[in-house]
Amino acid sequence: MYRYDEFDAAFVADRVSAFRDQVSRRLSGDMTEEQFRPHRLMNGLYLQLHAYMLRVAVPYGTLNARQMHKLAHIARVYDKGFGHFTTRQNIQYNWPALSDVPAILDELASVEMHAIQTSGNCIRNVTADHFAGAAADEIEDPRPYAEILRQWSSIHPEFTFLPRKFKIAVNGADWDRAAIQVHDIGYQIVRNEAGEVGFAVYVGGGLGRTPMIARKLRDFLPKADLLAYTQAIVRVYNLEGRRDNKYKARIKILVHEKGVDPMREAVEAEFAAASREFISLPASEIARIKSYFAPPALQARAACDAYEARRQTDPRFAAFAANNVHPHRVAGHGVVTISLKPIGGVPGDATAAQMDAVADLAARYGHDEIRVSHEQNLVLPHVALDDLPAIYDELAANGLATANAGLISDIIACPGLDYCALATARSIPIAQRISERFGEGERARDIGELKIKISGCINACGHHHVGHIGILGLERKGVETYQITLGGSGDETCSLGTLTGPGFSSEEVVDAIERIVNVYMSVRTDRSEDFLAAYRRVGMQPFKEALYETSKGADI
Amino acid sequence: MRAGPMHYAISANRLRDGIVVFLGAGGAWVEQLAQAAAYPEKEQAEAALEGARGDEKRNLVVEAFVFPVRQSPAGLVADHIRDAIRAAGPSVYRDHGKQAETR
Repeated sequence: MYRYDEFDAAFVADRVSAFRDQVSRRLSGDMTEEQFRPHRLMNGLYLQLHAYMLRVAVPYGTLNARQMHKLAHIARVYDKGFGHFTTRQNIQYNWPALSDVPAILDELASVEMHAIQTSGNCIRNVTADHFAGAAADEIEDPRPYAEILRQWSSIHPEFTFLPRKFKIAVNGADWDRAAIQVHDIGYQIVRNEAGEVGFAVYVGGGLGRTPMIARKLRDFLPKADLLAYTQAIVRVYNLEGRRDNKYKARIKILVHEKGVDPMREAVEAEFAAASREFISLPASEIARIKSYFAPPALQARAACDAYEARRQTDPRFAAFAANNVHPHRVAGHGVVTISLKPIGGVPGDATAAQMDAVADLAARYGHDEIRVSHEQNLVLPHVALDDLPAIYDELAANGLATANAGLISDIIACPGLDYCALATARSIPIAQRISERFGEGERARDIGELKIKISGCINACGHHHVGHIGILGLERKGVETYQITLGGSGDETCSLGTLTGPGFSSEEVVDAIERIVNVYMSVRTDRSEDFLAAYRRVGMQPFKEALYETSKGADI
Repeated sequence: MRAGPMHYAISANRLRDGIVVFLGAGGAWVEQLAQAAAYPEKEQAEAALEGARGDEKRNLVVEAFVFPVRQSPAGLVADHIRDAIRAAGPSVYRDHGKQAETR
């Protein structure tokens, strides 16, 4: 993984020092809250419902064991013994004291981490496929390019005060696991007819109150032009994006109002006009950054006797292996998803002890690599299948062996009204009850791949628009109410879900989900037709009939 | 949750640690809603909020606001779910937040 050089280390240390001074001046009264707020936000510190919340960046979701141990340490010493992994591949602490935050940032800096640009109208943490560098279907590891974009965009003087926040995602496999088409910029690594590797460029995707799927600006962008083209896009947005209305300020609104063809022309004109002197990416620099992400030297293994033996004799292990282990590009190895969705648990939460356990496993069996997925799980990307029995036992001992990756109980949920100052309804309790209803056993496996995503307000941090089943919590007359959408998808077949109709009360919504699932089970051609495929074939009508035949729903 | 007639109370977050606090009868900030001052009229609460703004200027609290409460046999309760969760702690961790301190 990328390692800080002297410049990086000094830069982060300077930022911590500056923020320590700002906190000190705020506490002594030398700064007002109005003066202080932009500084705390630029360092990832929010004031939420119960307390401050610190959002720590995990660049493109990649961590090593030492960093994960540090996150556990911070949870233990400065918080309530746990952290919350988010849909942006970051981690949030829900209870830090303002007076402790400089010390927390010092701790983070000691393991080359920070909370810079995890808030504010700037370029946020660049996200990537959580299986990057390991998946069998990958053209190239997207993380070196995410790292190059991260370095370029960190305190970029021109792009620190954009009209609104700006999110970039990079994906390197055919299967889009980074949801690039719902980002402000999505880069898909592709190979052109000449066999060269570059990027397809998508712009103007996003969720929130006005969900939009990104439009393609370029079929192929050479690697050398990555920064120059990104600069051109963000420059057009910075100049032309709306600043009169916060809700119309994202680049998706500009692309929509301007039109994709005029947007492309403006970007290409800016791209052609700008000097390349400091912004072209020489192959040597790409190679330098790529060297930090060199894959571990794995030996292909033909036979996996220990793995096979356990699989034959232990059905729970076999279920874990079937659901939570993805093919690795090197034979005899797997990409292991550690579900942070225990049945009835809080999606994305991990205790300090669990973080330590995952860090130990990564150090012992996983070539010191851990990933955070935008689906709020952890990943050990490089595991020998013969080590899986030992890993599984250790995960089970720490409450981390839930065999539900990709199944109906592997639910994304935003913090919702239990924590968030913006939320209009609770998300987590709905996720818990759905998870308890369907579990991780035979029924869940029979249902197959089904992504449920829950947001507690229209800002859509829970990505409900791209859930196969999406749930949006709203408040109506002081009561939590839940709207359901069907048919959304965040992958390369990106689509936005369609509203079923009137919403449901908290009491009704889990039954409503079960009716939807029952319809799917009755209409699917066979087990190979998953929920999304079946919905796309039969449409909304049978689901609507089942939902509103026995319940008229709430009047919203 | 519905109990007696509507009253109004004042809440804020403490600057130093962000913890939710309520304005008590004596003008001090208290950590439990049960000890908060409840004003029968919104105008009274708005007037008290002006006083609380002084504590914002003195850098004791931030983001002070008025919210509706009701008297119940168990004491003062928030009328709105958002304020109720704020006064208790996350509903998904009964051992976190103020609810843990009163058990």
